[in-house]
Order: sequence, then structure tokens, then C-alpha cells
Amino acid sequence: MKRFLFTLMLVAAAVAAVFGQGYRIGDKAIDFSLKNVDGKMVSMADYSDAKGFVVIFSCNHCPYVMAYEDRMIEIHNLYASKGFPVIAINSNDPSAQPQDSYENMIERARDKKFPFAYLFDEGQKIYPIYGAMRTPHVFLLNKQNDDLIVEYIGAIDDNYKDASAVKEPFLKNAIEALLAGNKPPVSETKAIGCTIKVK
Amino acid sequence: MPVKRLFLLLSLLTLLQFGFAQPKTKEIAKPVPVVDFQGLKPFLSKDNDTVYVVNFWATWCAPCVVEIPYFENINKEFGSGKVKVLLVSLDFPNHYDTRLIPFISGKNIQSSVVMLDDPNSNFWINEVDASWSGAIPATLIYKGNNRRFFEKVMTTEELKSNILSLLSK
Repeated sequence: MKRFLFTLMLVAAAVAAVFGQGYRIGDKAIDFSLKNVDGKMVSMADYSDAKGFVVIFSCNHCPYVMAYEDRMIEIHNLYASKGFPVIAINSNDPSAQPQDSYENMIERARDKKFPFAYLFDEGQKIYPIYGAMRTPHVFLLNKQNDDLIVEYIGAIDDNYKDASAVKEPFLKNAIEALLAGNKPPVSETKAIGCTIKVK
Repeated sequence: MPVKRLFLLLSLLTLLQFGFAQPKTKEIAKPVPVVDFQGLKPFLSKDNDTVYVVNFWATWCAPCVVEIPYFENINKEFGSGKVKVLLVSLDFPNHYDTRLIPFISGKNIQSSVVMLDDPNSNFWINEVDASWSGAIPATLIYKGNNRRFFEKVMTTEELKSNILSLLSK
């Protein structure tokens, strides 16, 4: 029996290794302390009134991110006051993608008047823990007691091209469900995006 | 809509070409057909003795642009035999004339190219390969039921070794 359990643990570890590093639905997410475009360090713990967070791995250069920036702003404006602020994180290595430097983040945030925090994952420490694969890549976290539980991973909606043609606003549906005390109707989705740039 | 119909016709023509024959003449700028996923799907599951190399890329994706010459190498070396290369552009439709076509003609791309215009990627990414997160570049290499999927930049050597091993199966 002991040997069986041990084998089972090995298998589980192997499965975890194969399917990556990175959060699955129901996992506890870690907090971080990253530099915002205003120069201040930001952690999720700073948001005492938040019920959760819309963490979006983002960047400056990716056309798919650009296509979604206005929708990211809209989601923050809709849900920050209800307890679900957006936190955007740029994890790209600027030496691999110069457009994604901290200085350019400041410029992009100013040009687009981001109402949300836009943080620089300097040294690329946070994205592998979350398992972000692309930009934009959303991780919706729900506060439960002192934990941040991952409740939705994936895309903002089902139409990058045209916000008015969206049939399923995955992220909005997921936030609405959490606000109503339910589980998101769809918890994982996929979308085309830019890879996270590593040197 | 006549434009749509023209695209459809061009799509069919290029897809036929991808399916059955390689271009013999060196056209400088061949029109790139625009397809939705249903239009692309038949070319992701052909059941014959040809190895199909399907690369998902975009002109705005720097690592994708780096590897395009590798696919061109493969097309040049194996294209006349039982290997077909298809470059599936995920460029935005409004960049068709301003970016995609100038890129294809500027680099004199000889491999077959289609533009996939289908916003419901949450559906079709899994149809291409369940392991795909959606990041590009991504490449599917298959012969019949032997399918290999790579979510990364490929080298010419990696492409070649996968093609050769599939050809021998």
C-alpha cells in the first residue's frame, strides 16, 4: 500500500511536471510585489477592499494585447468598484523585446490612460509560477479567507477583432458568476496570443 | 459580396494547390487566400503518404518571422516530393494589404500561404492540437495519424529530422 501511494505520488509529480508549472483552476495563487508604472511597488495585499483580482499578463508590443486594451480598461471600470480590479503584468524580457521596456510601459499606460496597475515582472519571476503562456493571458482570482483562488484562466472573450461581435464574454461571465457567489460557467479558454519573450 | 466570393475562389485555388501540386512558376506576389477554420480544417487531417508541415505565424510575431526561412528551406528541399508546407498567417484581416502581402512578396515566399480569419480561436486552437496554449509560432507536422505539434520556434534541423522520421513511417 505504501509503495502504491509512493508510486501514485511519483506519477502525480510526473504529471505535474509534464503539464507544467503553472496554475490550474482551484489552485492558490501567490501574491507579488512588482513595480507599477508610477514607480511604486504594488502587491495584491495592498487592495484591502478587493474580493479578487483580474490578473492579465500583458505587454506593450503585442497586437492581440492592443486589440484588447480598451476592453481591459472597460472591465476594470466595470468591476474594480465591485471588488475585482484589473492588474496587468508585463513579463517580457526587454532585452528580447525592446518595445516592452519599463520606460515604454510608462508611455503606453499614459497614452491609453490605464486606470489599472501595470506592473513590470522584472527578472521574469512571476509568469512561470502562474503559468502564463502568452499575452494577453487572464488569471481570475477570488479571495477566500486569506487565499487567492484561481477561478478562471484564459481569454477575455471570443472575438479579438471586434468587441461588438463577441458572443461569449468569458471573463465578464466569470466575474459576474463570482460576484453572485457561483463558479464561472466556463473556467478555461484559449486564444491566440504572443509568446512571453525570453532571452 | 463579390470580394468575398473572390476570396473564396482564391482560397479554393490555393488550397487545391496545397493539396495536389506545387507551383511550378515563380510568381512574385501570389494572392493569399483567406479562410475560416472550416476552410482550413481539411488540410489538418489529410490521410495519405505525404508529410504536411503547417506553421501558424504572423508578420507581427518576431520569432515567427525568424523561422519563416526555415520553412522555406524545407519547401525548397522537399517541396517537389511528398512534403507540403503551408504557412497559416494569423495576421489581422485589416493588415492583409498593408503587411501580409508586402511581406510575402518582399521575401519572395514560395511556400503556400493562407490567412486564417476566424476569431473564435477558443474553439479551433484545440482542434489543431489540444496541447496548444494559443501562443505563436506553432507548428503541426503530420502524416496520416502520426501527428507532432510544436509550440516553439523550430530550426531547419528539427523540421528536417521530424519530416524524415515521418516519411519513413
